[in-house]
Amino acid sequence: MITAFTNARVVDPSRGLDEPGTVIVDGAVIAAAGAEARNQGLPEGAKTVDCGGHVVMPGLVDARVFVSEPGAEHRETIASASAAAAAGGVTSIVMMPDTDPVIDDVSLVEFVLRTARDTAMVNVWPAAAVTRRLDGREITEFGLLRQAGAVALTDGRRTIANALVMRRALTYARDFGIVLAHHTHDVDLASSGVMNEGLFASWLGLPGIPREAEVIPLERDLYLARLTEGAYHAAAISTALSANAVARAKNDRADVTAAVTVNHLSLNELDIGEYRTFFRLSPPLRAEEDRLAMVEAVRDGTIDMIVSSHDPQDVDTKRLPFADAADGAIGLETLLAAALRLHHNGEVPLLRLAELLSSAPARRFGLPGGRLAPGAPADLIVVDLDAPWIVRENDISSKSKNTAFEGARMQGRVLQTMVAGRTVFAA
Amino acid sequence: MTQHPALPLYPHRHLLGIKGLSPQDIELLLDRADRAVAISRQPEKKTSSLRGRTQINLFFEASTRTQSSFELAGKRLGADVMNMAVASSSVKKGETLIDTAMTLNAMRPDILIIRHGSAGAAALLAQKVGCSVVNAGDGAHEHPTQALLDALTIRRAKGRIARLTVAICGDVLHSRVARSNIILLNALGARVRVVAPSTLLPAGIARMGVEVHRSMAEGLAGADVVMMLRLQRERMAGALVPSVREYFRYFGLDAEKLACAAEGALVMHPGPMNRGVEIASEIADGPQSVIEEQVEMGVAVRMAVMEALLDPRRNRDEAA
Repeated sequence: MITAFTNARVVDPSRGLDEPGTVIVDGAVIAAAGAEARNQGLPEGAKTVDCGGHVVMPGLVDARVFVSEPGAEHRETIASASAAAAAGGVTSIVMMPDTDPVIDDVSLVEFVLRTARDTAMVNVWPAAAVTRRLDGREITEFGLLRQAGAVALTDGRRTIANALVMRRALTYARDFGIVLAHHTHDVDLASSGVMNEGLFASWLGLPGIPREAEVIPLERDLYLARLTEGAYHAAAISTALSANAVARAKNDRADVTAAVTVNHLSLNELDIGEYRTFFRLSPPLRAEEDRLAMVEAVRDGTIDMIVSSHDPQDVDTKRLPFADAADGAIGLETLLAAALRLHHNGEVPLLRLAELLSSAPARRFGLPGGRLAPGAPADLIVVDLDAPWIVRENDISSKSKNTAFEGARMQGRVLQTMVAGRTVFAA
Repeated sequence: MTQHPALPLYPHRHLLGIKGLSPQDIELLLDRADRAVAISRQPEKKTSSLRGRTQINLFFEASTRTQSSFELAGKRLGADVMNMAVASSSVKKGETLIDTAMTLNAMRPDILIIRHGSAGAAALLAQKVGCSVVNAGDGAHEHPTQALLDALTIRRAKGRIARLTVAICGDVLHSRVARSNIILLNALGARVRVVAPSTLLPAGIARMGVEVHRSMAEGLAGADVVMMLRLQRERMAGALVPSVREYFRYFGLDAEKLACAAEGALVMHPGPMNRGVEIASEIADGPQSVIEEQVEMGVAVRMAVMEALLDPRRNRDEAA
């Protein structure tokens, strides 16, 4: 079947394209997209969807998603996460290995792929653990995991403390052409910290996490990436110090990329207010100057991608005093709208945002989506950039409701989500 | 104490912290407390202003002193007081703060007094229950009745708080007492100093409305009030201070250091004291010490707070 999305603003960051045009989908793949496709005229028998001038762009590729299956299915399953993704315009998710059991073995990678095939609406790409049980000591079978379908290696929420283990993991991963994604958090330096260190934490009486707890292990990793020539990805940075460190490593031609969560682009520590645990995140929300530095790093290319860091938590882990609550917020359904704030306030052009949210992560992790070029999988979204809406708990598809945007006013929402030519969400 | 129409209605339902209170709110509570001191000094100490009301003391951290003070305050006002020693019971079974709170709330108390090891616990509780909540200490956040009793002690001894110089010395980093006092003393116009090794000061301390000193001689120079804070012995293990000996040498209050303060300076301590760690015995028991008065003022302040929060005029307004 052929579908033609006509009268669209076609945004394809993989080709630097932002122009009025048409997108023609033939079965599961893109046949043509852009002004060129419009000029060709419609193929015989094509079903036409008039986009009314709205944007058609690649479905988002979210490189950091915690799912909770297997092990905590009451918080989120692969099926429920994929439904949330579809509603948010996310057509590919890279699933973190912090499950119970940990995805550190071929059989677990196969379990995820099989469950995704049977229950998910979007593409679910498992990331496998770097170290067994995420213990930071013994590395996993990178080759076999890669072959089974793992698209990246990461210890998820955990940081590998031992520099020698990190050096060997980067060296060994290089041989298999697999990227090692790492969240850097020095647990000794961070100690009992639960939010950004500073005046606000001091008044709240909460132990702080200094910025150095992020950048010290990050700098170590970046030196090891230079040394080993391994492919390294900073999974979620939050401070100007980290952005500078990444920029220097890139300048030295190290194979390094970095991501920021949309939370750290749109919120700061003051959003915690009176101990609101949905704003307890890792890395912690930082000061406003750090947020501005993250926006700048997105603009100047230091940061390569924006992730949701979707992390479902239940009342049993969130309805607690702030210091006792778990880190994390869901984000698949608000990723696009929260990121669009940067477009609406003129900070980041739409084409660059689309790149950060789709083509860049797809390219880095070798995924097939993230582009509208002919022959690419038909993973695309139709977006009304201006539609106003308010985030309401009752409208959330995710099984967990711990959003950092409850009640937030958003501008821009997904009208239709297509995965491999099949419509999986329509507003 | 029951009939004082001259006292204005206290405008808040809970006492979760000193932050958010106006100087008028604070003075009102201190004025009420002054009257409560008189009651406690009578042979007949029982009044009936909270007769028929139920007070539950919910202490997730053991604290004999604060809990007894609240209990006695409630009893002197005629309330029915129940102590829940949660530290040893249901929390161990995995029951959360909220679950405990909801259970107690169903018993329809009029006022809950909570002590908890986590900052923000009292505020969280207040969102979930239908009665008044008093924060009796939440983590390193606030301990408002301690700051009020300290203020009452100072005001009665010195006649005022405005323009006095108050030096708060010791483990400010972990101290809810210090935070509440910094806010209250600033609100009433005192000059506040903190004196501590830098490892025991929170980030951003210089922007918390205080002068920061690392030497007792400087910090105490000309001070009208010297407030010592308790040093938890566990702090030695956390590489914050190396030893009791060194800490006492530089930050323990002894006669030599106290001599730097103004003549007749008050010596205060929220208790329980570590003699020979943050304070020398002869100073704790010496003529400038008002540490026992603080304990007496504690009962009075807690009577004043509970009576103000449960003012019957408020119920009439709410019913109307």
